[in-house]
Amino acid sequence: MALFSKLFNKLRGGANLSSADWKELEASLLEADLGAALTAKILDSARKESGSAEESVLKTLRDSLSIADRSLHANSERPTTILVVGVNGTGKTTSTAKLANAMKKNRSSVLIAAADTFRAAATEQIQTWGSRLNIEVVAGKQNGDPASVAFDGATRAVAEKVDFYIVDTAGRLHTKQGLMDELGKIRRVIEKLTPVDEVLLVVDATTGQNGIVQAKTFIEAAAVTGLILTKMDGSARGGVALAIEASTGIPIKFTGSGEGIEDFQPFDAETYLQGLISDEN
Amino acid sequence: MFDSLSSKFSKAFSGLRTKGRIKSGDIDEVTEEIRLALLDSDVALEVVESFIQKIKDRSLSELEEVNKGINPSQAVFNIINEELVSILGGSARRIRLAKKPPTVIMLAGLQGAGKTTLAAKLALYLKKQGNTPLLVASDLQRPNAVTQLQQVGAGVNVPVFAPEPGNGIGDPVAVARAGVKFAVEKMHNIVIVDTAGRLGVDQELMNEAIRIRDAVNPDEILFVVDAMIGQDAVRTAQAFLDGVGFDGVVLTKLDGDARGGAALSIVAKTERPIMFASTGEKSEDFDLFYPDRMASRILGLGDIQSLAEQAKSAMDSDTSEKLEKKFASGEDFTLDDFLSQLEAMKKMGSMTKLLGMLPGANSGAMKKQLESIDDNELVKTQAIVQSMTPLERNDPKVLNGSRRARIAKGSGRQVSEVNNLVDRFSQAQKMMKQMRNGGGVPGLPKGMQMPPGMGGMPSQKSGQTPPKKKSRSGNPAKRAAEQ
Repeated sequence: MALFSKLFNKLRGGANLSSADWKELEASLLEADLGAALTAKILDSARKESGSAEESVLKTLRDSLSIADRSLHANSERPTTILVVGVNGTGKTTSTAKLANAMKKNRSSVLIAAADTFRAAATEQIQTWGSRLNIEVVAGKQNGDPASVAFDGATRAVAEKVDFYIVDTAGRLHTKQGLMDELGKIRRVIEKLTPVDEVLLVVDATTGQNGIVQAKTFIEAAAVTGLILTKMDGSARGGVALAIEASTGIPIKFTGSGEGIEDFQPFDAETYLQGLISDEN
Repeated sequence: MFDSLSSKFSKAFSGLRTKGRIKSGDIDEVTEEIRLALLDSDVALEVVESFIQKIKDRSLSELEEVNKGINPSQAVFNIINEELVSILGGSARRIRLAKKPPTVIMLAGLQGAGKTTLAAKLALYLKKQGNTPLLVASDLQRPNAVTQLQQVGAGVNVPVFAPEPGNGIGDPVAVARAGVKFAVEKMHNIVIVDTAGRLGVDQELMNEAIRIRDAVNPDEILFVVDAMIGQDAVRTAQAFLDGVGFDGVVLTKLDGDARGGAALSIVAKTERPIMFASTGEKSEDFDLFYPDRMASRILGLGDIQSLAEQAKSAMDSDTSEKLEKKFASGEDFTLDDFLSQLEAMKKMGSMTKLLGMLPGANSGAMKKQLESIDDNELVKTQAIVQSMTPLERNDPKVLNGSRRARIAKGSGRQVSEVNNLVDRFSQAQKMMKQMRNGGGVPGLPKGMQMPPGMGGMPSQKSGQTPPKKKSRSGNPAKRAAEQ
């Protein structure tokens, strides 16, 4: 359990951090899944700073954030096309539904493609969301070719001139080369009809340091443009997302924080950073 | 599995290996490397610290003894291995079957840990041992979780008790209770209850899990956890232990490349054994968790035992006996025999996964080789053979140009690939004849005698044009069979 505020109060009072305090600070940072490397960096700069340790830690965290644009690259001329990708169980389908809902509330027209033809009942899952939200879902056959579903969807998205076309893909471990290649195929097939504007990688906040390798592999295979950080309502603080930003420059664009359709927000850096170093879970 | 951890251990030890005598300073150096390696693998900090302390204490107290031995660095290595095995659980535990059936197994865990997929895998595993499992759909929350369980249940041919449609409708406690009653009536000896994913911090949902538990009084509650989970593993595991409680742990998604940390942390903190490991997308990718094997993997020693077992179960005894008889009687090894070998290999899982179990698989050079292997090669080779007529399979000599062109078309491959396969096959056939006079290929288990140079071992990707098309048989019936 993090004890930041206690530590910081001690510092503000002018007390010198003892080696035990430093250890505690290190433990807190590690427990947030920031990773050994980023933690060491933060501690290093905090030691050098003469001012408040809280400010110094926050500053280093802030410096680790990506400087890339966090807004969704929308295009008003044609359907803004978004590919949702990630490893199994991170919440791609739920995030797709939440994203679609946010757009619909914004009075945009949305079309979803159920391109997860692999997992049992994945198509039904997004279709259930679709009918709840009154959003059209293009679906194919179980175990069919996901690229062909994505293509059918793109055909309709272009013909019907929808504002947003969102493609929900099957979860895949980044270690499976064949499945990673499939993502490339899905993208190429869509791009025969319309450019892909965003590839959003869904990262589970409970993920540990493996998230960095995951992100790097997905970036390479599918040209990821942003992250959706999910399950922020749990006890995990999602520090790995910052480690991903720091090492790849790909920005977090949205956060998901619950099972409700509205539990979805554009990323807010200050809230996130405060969450990383707060002692409340 | 555990790749990153084992490669770091290897690094930590390469320094130690070159030393003849080990001093206490060397131990400090190695343990610091191991500390960082474990942290990067998501082992909880406090678990790391206590592990490191144990290693230090034991190594130092046994330093004299260590240095007396022929290979001091090996001795330190052994200490680490032993401590790792002891944390990982010492010995694996089996499912406790109830004295009076049905045995009730309840699954619990975070959202997205893989409970529903695992339910089917566990059911298949238990069914193979002669049990008659029943799956109960008590996840009525996630949209279409019930449909998913019905589909994966059908996939492994295990009945699913799903009286409620889910999607927020129905009472999971009542379903669980009725499921057990149903199992008693229909004489199922094992009931697996799939529950909704819930957060450790969500007291309301935790209470629901407790009500399900109290309704069915499970013999085993299994905590299903994603092997990729980070430092939250300890907190979440503790929350589940304090909430619904659990008797054993199942690690999922072990076919990725991170995992490890969570396993060490959860076992160390909760003192509950990891019982099963789930390692892939297929229903068969599931096994008991072996702490000793896992420790070997962590330390980069490879997992020969698992490999041998998979080979044994994949090659059913009928096929291997037939092949052996054929071989002994002096009959020619045909493409049909080759096809059944390919099928057996496919049953064993992906080539990369298999070779990854070999010792040294995590070293730099070997790893590169592994990464370049294309698992689809097996499928392509199979497609080519399947596009041949029985006559052609028995006597490849009849394969003239037009037959080869037809086969290439039928299998969606190039004629050159067909030629290549036929060439390699005739060479192998020749070698088989020679071997008959001079004994078999050493080191391969019975029935797994692969002629050298045969299609199973794919060539490297580099230089090849990447295959864009999926290999599919031209024959619709065959295509269906292949998929």
